[in-house]
Amino acid sequence: MTTVELPNDLADAPPQVDNLDALESEAIHIFREVAGEFDRPVILFSGGKDSTVLVHLALKAFWPAPVPFPLLHVDTGHNFSEVLAFRDELVERHDLRLVVASVQDYIDDGRLRERPDGTRNPLQTTPLLDGISENRFDAVFGGGRRDEERARAKERIFSLRNAFGQWDPRRQRPELWNLYNGKHRPGEHVRVFPLSNWTELDVWRYIQREKIELPELYYAHRREVYQRDGMWLTAGPWGGPREGEVPATKTVRYRTVGDGSCTGAVESEAYTVDDVIAEVAASRLTERGATRADDRLSEAAMEDRKREGYF
Amino acid sequence: MTETTTRTAPDSGTEVTLPVHTDLLRLATAGSVDDGKSTLVGRLLHDTKSVLADQLDAVRRASADRGLATPDLSLLVDGLRAEREQGITIDVAYRYFATPKRTFVLADTPGHVQYTRNTVTGASTAQLAVLLVDARKGVIEQTRRHAAVLALLGVPQLVLAINKIDMVGFDEAVFTRIAAEFTAHARALGYRDDAVTTIPVSALLGDNVVERSANTPWYSGPSLLEHLESVPVAPDPHDAPFRMPVQYVIRPRTVEYPDYRGYAGQVAAGVVAEGDEVVVLPAGVRTRVSKVDTPDGSKPRAAAGHSVTLLLADDVDVSRGDLIAAADAPPQLTDELDATVCWLAEKPLTPAAKVLVKHGTRTVPAIVTDLSARFDEQQLSSVERPDSLQLNEIGRVQLRTAEPLPVDEYAASRRTGSFLVIDPADGTTLAAGLIGVPLAPLAAASE
Repeated sequence: MTTVELPNDLADAPPQVDNLDALESEAIHIFREVAGEFDRPVILFSGGKDSTVLVHLALKAFWPAPVPFPLLHVDTGHNFSEVLAFRDELVERHDLRLVVASVQDYIDDGRLRERPDGTRNPLQTTPLLDGISENRFDAVFGGGRRDEERARAKERIFSLRNAFGQWDPRRQRPELWNLYNGKHRPGEHVRVFPLSNWTELDVWRYIQREKIELPELYYAHRREVYQRDGMWLTAGPWGGPREGEVPATKTVRYRTVGDGSCTGAVESEAYTVDDVIAEVAASRLTERGATRADDRLSEAAMEDRKREGYF
Repeated sequence: MTETTTRTAPDSGTEVTLPVHTDLLRLATAGSVDDGKSTLVGRLLHDTKSVLADQLDAVRRASADRGLATPDLSLLVDGLRAEREQGITIDVAYRYFATPKRTFVLADTPGHVQYTRNTVTGASTAQLAVLLVDARKGVIEQTRRHAAVLALLGVPQLVLAINKIDMVGFDEAVFTRIAAEFTAHARALGYRDDAVTTIPVSALLGDNVVERSANTPWYSGPSLLEHLESVPVAPDPHDAPFRMPVQYVIRPRTVEYPDYRGYAGQVAAGVVAEGDEVVVLPAGVRTRVSKVDTPDGSKPRAAAGHSVTLLLADDVDVSRGDLIAAADAPPQLTDELDATVCWLAEKPLTPAAKVLVKHGTRTVPAIVTDLSARFDEQQLSSVERPDSLQLNEIGRVQLRTAEPLPVDEYAASRRTGSFLVIDPADGTTLAAGLIGVPLAPLAAASE
């Protein structure tokens, strides 16, 4: 009888690393793998909390050297002005390079047409994929987390996209140990998700621990909003309030930051990171369920958009 | 050991207890199709309040659309359109839940016939696996196979959840018989008795899943969740000799750091401390660690799992793909790999195939010099000298690599004892490789 020596001598093991330390180490490992294996990586940056945490982790992964990748921002033309200001300040402070793909440019010259419902979130895919191929980016970091949505729960950390940017969930490579396979053919690229194993609460606890600055939208503030579809939307160039939608001034905050036309605020008195953590821990709604109109379009909205090349 | 803090949520006035320090347990589930795995996962998520109202609403709506009278909780976990259409789980999904004591990352693996591929994927990073059996059926062939694959992959802790215990009238004798049979099987696979836990549960009714059940007064052990919260797990072997594959060389060349040259990587095994003597492989140059650096300052030491940057005392040539290891216990440097592979691709493995091997941070061309045995999943025995390895088959191979690799036995170090086999033509991941692991324990599954 042969026996396998199993690593189960655990009694004298040193104490386990903290959950946030483990997640941070894993994300840093992923950043360094990509830097070592790819020619032209880029960080997809929206100005939201997840992509801000991503930039913070990238700064840590290569410290004291600068981050060896640029940022790519897909500007829908309906972004919150606070987010754009935050983006520019972050880029300036850390001496980063910023590439912007503009949905407005595509609409202005006729390559994209405004949707009847006015939301521009689905329109981001074309400028994103063009931005990737024009710049020959071969690895694209995203802040996506598996806890966000059940289609994302199926996403690999290294996720191969074909020359059309498409995701095929049935033909994903198995991902084993911490050995990530970054092989791809010319024209293909790999989406990389270093925050895959983080939850919304982990992200907030990390923001608290690392004292990461975020756009002020994430904390409670007074804002003129109107109600549509159970969400509080901000009046803006993206259309609204429409007839019958009455503006009101509320104390709100945002749980996600995206296109202004489809990202809703939640009523909240959470003025500080500590308040937000308590609120998120007690919330009975997911961040997307609470504040994203585009995820409500159909049962498989996220999967369908991901298949097309969206994040 | 876990500290908590209580705060009042500003919007609702609800008291919530927040963990301020928790550790992370990575676990995988395994089991065959109808043993209630989805129900158990759903129950764990639900009873730890990890399912939020809008997710439940979505499941209720989707269930009603399908004409179902009660919500189908499998819709919570089956994320893909095709999975919902076919009512099966196609691929591994990852779930997250937390209690004040621990945070859990659960690899939810399908119990589909393609068991090896999925079990291997889920088990490769798991510190614990929950294996389900139906109390009415007991230990079946699939249970023995899954346990054998989990042993092969070196999952340190096993839990056998004897499910549907309500269907056998909460009968202690049934539990005792199945538990004894499984423990003996696990022992034959190399597990010590303290690494195997058996729990009678009803995933449907919730007995012994989160709360201990009054229906099993004869059972004095923990509920499944209590066990998951308290089982001691080390993320990686700390008592193993130090290993760190070099991922990236950090050279700022800035005014502030003109001469900084650091070797970045994640400690794969053991512990490294300032002043330690190390060897850089494959070159074999010996030097000392002058500093263990992190962006939060230098540390006296770092252990397995930590991402760090090492500075070395001597000016040696080190680059991505090299391995820094304890000088007094270096790995074996070899271009002949003797390994067990789990074949994960539709394209079969044939002798003389040219492949790529990714070991640590180094990827090298290799050739399959011999396919010596295949594990027969039906007979639970070894077949000598097969013609090929097909999807989901496990076999014993010899590979010759174009350059020598610094390798450990998988049983001694999961990270430096494992590798990927990659198709050089299109980059597909073909197989998971485990160095030095014999097939014999799998065959022992039949005894």
